[in-house]
Amino acid sequence: MFNYTFHWNQALRSLPQMLDGALVTLQIAILSMAIGLAIAIALTLFRLSGNRILGGFATTWVEIARNTPALFQIYMAHFGLGNFGIHLSPYTALLVGIAFNNAGYLAENFRGALKAIPDTQARAGRSLGMTSLQAFRYIVMPQMLRIAFLPATNQMVWAILMTSLGVTVGMNTDLAGVTQELNARSFRTFEFFALAAVIYYVIAKAVTLAARAFAWRMFRY
Amino acid sequence: MFNTALTWNDLVFLAQGAGMTLMVTAVSVAAGTVLGIVFGLIRVQCGPYWSAPLTFALDVFRSVPLLIQLVLGNALQSIMKLGWPPFTTSCVVLSLYTAAYCTEIVRGGIGAVPPTTRRAARSLGMTWWQDMRYIVAPLATRVSLPSWIGLTLGVMKDSALVLWLGLIELLRASQILVTRLQEPLFILLICGAIYFIISFPIARLGGYLEKRWSPND
Repeated sequence: MFNYTFHWNQALRSLPQMLDGALVTLQIAILSMAIGLAIAIALTLFRLSGNRILGGFATTWVEIARNTPALFQIYMAHFGLGNFGIHLSPYTALLVGIAFNNAGYLAENFRGALKAIPDTQARAGRSLGMTSLQAFRYIVMPQMLRIAFLPATNQMVWAILMTSLGVTVGMNTDLAGVTQELNARSFRTFEFFALAAVIYYVIAKAVTLAARAFAWRMFRY
Repeated sequence: MFNTALTWNDLVFLAQGAGMTLMVTAVSVAAGTVLGIVFGLIRVQCGPYWSAPLTFALDVFRSVPLLIQLVLGNALQSIMKLGWPPFTTSCVVLSLYTAAYCTEIVRGGIGAVPPTTRRAARSLGMTWWQDMRYIVAPLATRVSLPSWIGLTLGVMKDSALVLWLGLIELLRASQILVTRLQEPLFILLICGAIYFIISFPIARLGGYLEKRWSPND
């Protein structure tokens, strides 16, 4: 069946290069997650504010992020913004695209989490003399983040997997990009990408386990 | 931006791309759902110990980027000299990807049926199959349909990645037009609008069903 000799050595020899790529992947994922988290909290506040323009803006962002492919969003950042004279490098375009996507999904998670918190709590805070921002900051947000933590972990894994899309806009420093470049030099497609798949799997599992340990440490009653 | 060189034929080209996206999605979701139901049943019936290899294999499909899976699938089919066209390869890989997620949904749905209800069915003399067919299936469908709709939309969006194997679907079609007409923003906006029009109503339907069918209301 296999009339093909696997050359694993070649792939294993470039493992250090690929691990460097994995670091870039992780860096993009973490940065995009941090930016996405900040924007998602802002979008949640916009939705809660009752202001129709801000609320509409937040809803539009969430619906566009959730109803178009992540790859489309990265293309938009890379090719689409060129129309306005903004030329982003593949790294920035990837970061912008994934952060946009993360913000939309996280904002939706937060909305679900908010539903689980009785609004009497925020009102109790208000009647204790807190401003509405204080009530959100000290009463609602900690609980919201706790409930949304597990979905956010999933989103983090998604962010790591999404970074592989950078290779389609010419990214060559992250794990997928490095692998593609090594592949273009040697045509050992299967070996290199199988190794990349193993690295992605290990990263994803490590992040999941770390998040679980963190949640156990932080959210124990 | 509005003085466009886009012609009617280019729009038809985009529509054909959208048709390809829908076709890949339909085939993969159909095959993936069948596989997912089978795997889900195996996982529920065999228990965590015996289905551990299956669990691991499916977990791999959820922890490795789809792009890498597609490249690997394509490399594997050429190594095995299967001679599949990109469409078949894409559908096979996407089906397995869908199946991995669908298994979790099916498992969750079956798990949401109260064991007492199933025991009641069995003590009324129903066979395992009758229990599955008349008790578990309706109740589990009610729980898992909204997330299944979410999965279908997810696969529809992820199917954009098959452009890497050279299949001309919606995003690739718009990229070809961008290369030719040099109007990236306008064409990408049309492309995004098409994705949005396909996805948004179905997502809304899913949200409605989730609200309408949630068991505790």
